[in-house]
Amino acid sequence: MTIDPVAKLRHLLQVLAFCLAIATLQYAFLPERGYGVQLAYSLCIGLITWACIDFPRHFLPSSAETGWPQGLAGAALVVAGIAIGYFVGNLLGDFLCVKFGLYMGPRPDPVVQTRHSVLITAMAGITGCYYFYSSARRSHLEHKMGEAQRHAREARLKLLETQLEPHMLFNTLANLRALIALDPPRAQQMLDHMIAYLRATLEASRATLHPLEVEFDRLRDYLALMSIRMGPRLAYELTLPSELAAQAVPPLLLQPIVENSIRHGLEPQLQGGRIDVRARREGTQLVLEVSDNGVGQGGEGSGDGGGFGLSQVRQRLATLYGDGAAYEFQSAPGTGARTRITLPLSS
Amino acid sequence: MKEHMNTATALIAEDEPLLAQALQAELERVWPGLRIVATVGDGAAAVQAALLHRPDVLFFDIRMPGQGGLEAAADLADAWPHDAPFPALVFVTAYDQYAVQAFEAQAIDYVLKPVQAARLQKTVDKVQGLLARREARTMDATLEQLRGLLSSTSPAPQQAPLKVIQASVGNALRLVPVEEIVYFEAADKYVRVVTGEHEVLIRTPLKELLPQLDASTFWQVHRGTVVRATAIDSVLRDEAGKLSLVLKGRPEKLPVSRLYAHLFKAM
Repeated sequence: MTIDPVAKLRHLLQVLAFCLAIATLQYAFLPERGYGVQLAYSLCIGLITWACIDFPRHFLPSSAETGWPQGLAGAALVVAGIAIGYFVGNLLGDFLCVKFGLYMGPRPDPVVQTRHSVLITAMAGITGCYYFYSSARRSHLEHKMGEAQRHAREARLKLLETQLEPHMLFNTLANLRALIALDPPRAQQMLDHMIAYLRATLEASRATLHPLEVEFDRLRDYLALMSIRMGPRLAYELTLPSELAAQAVPPLLLQPIVENSIRHGLEPQLQGGRIDVRARREGTQLVLEVSDNGVGQGGEGSGDGGGFGLSQVRQRLATLYGDGAAYEFQSAPGTGARTRITLPLSS
Repeated sequence: MKEHMNTATALIAEDEPLLAQALQAELERVWPGLRIVATVGDGAAAVQAALLHRPDVLFFDIRMPGQGGLEAAADLADAWPHDAPFPALVFVTAYDQYAVQAFEAQAIDYVLKPVQAARLQKTVDKVQGLLARREARTMDATLEQLRGLLSSTSPAPQQAPLKVIQASVGNALRLVPVEEIVYFEAADKYVRVVTGEHEVLIRTPLKELLPQLDASTFWQVHRGTVVRATAIDSVLRDEAGKLSLVLKGRPEKLPVSRLYAHLFKAM
């Protein structure tokens, strides 16, 4: 409800210009009354109407969003503002015209005069209000759109950062460098997995959905990279029934979960461990499950159960499916970890 | 000096087999006289192998399963025989901005993965220089560096100091006021919280407890032990130079790690 003085000054100048335009138009049709009279009434009525609407509007409860009260309150404010502007403005105009002797020519018929005056005030008042209201609404919408775009950009960047975790990237590159000298065909293979993984990562920040089959292929790339690094310490199995292969899922949804299993489950464990990724159908739901037999995580206390990558997964699910998706994470020290995601089947 | 260079020995601790192999190959190229006595894949094995072989140089990966390179180095410093010179330490890391900053600050040698010949050559030159004037390098300097590293990589205290420890005992939750605690001791997956009369077990790791304790009241005297300073009665030194603490109101003695022995000096 803060009032921006610069915006108000801008409105004041716009109102002044509008009043001048009205006075000039009236003078063009009734030149015998003189410009001074038209200008005095126009300014008095216009400015008072403006002051009675543009300031009080901020104090009405429903104006929080666009700066303009909604519904009946808005209409009442405009009608009241115009009425006060008309009566007080006319009184002030009468006073000024008498004081400065602005009246010229023959006195017009008071009934006709009042009709004109009411018509012009009402039309000008409504036009002015509509103009200010629609420009406030437009800038409000633009602001909201900009904000939404900024959020989307930030989310994309964060996703990219998690998936291109520098530690993983540099360790993989170091392995690749070693393999080039020791086993060139295997180095090539590793490079292919890496290319597919990087391409998927960059595409994931753009596309919203891809087939589950492709998701599993990318997991295979990632796990192949990791198993070159970890050697026999990493075992894994991916199970995807063929009837679910075409199901649409958010890209690289499962990768942060698998990464979490490796990083917090298997890496700390001397003998390593195994990861199972399974997709299956449960009624109208698609269930994706990642389980490992790593060291397990210390429940709520240790905090790693909801690392950044995982909160990102949850957030993406919530954005795409709302309440239609569920995310469950279960782990305790010594028992490994199990993550279960439930999505609506995409028919 | 030349003869010494020809017989220098090294230990590599790196959990990724290919990277260990690559480091060894690069080392053969830039330091032909170096003999790799062992290559191990985790911190605990590194400590054992180092004690067994007593190499001149240690190449420790920072991130390893179980115990990382930093903790392994600290443990090794503790267990290292008093009469032998401590090996030159080189840390290896893929990407760890904080660790690298800490290495720079402590003037500790490090190599980034992928290991590049030119960078490794520089490190090797430094290590060779160090080994040549080995008497100048004392255990104290290494301890100081390790202390600096460990404190700069642990989180800064931010939470309000703990007032009570909450431990579940059977079906009940027991509250232990921090003022009654004599010491904390890490034991496998738990931390023992010991008061004058009782003890309870909690699951919060010592690493997470430490920032929540007042550092002037509770002193870390070992990797797994934090003790109330005012509960210490006296400090004993055995023939091997190892310190242990005698407590007020508790019969047991607590060993002091070499890393923290600097805390105890007559005023």
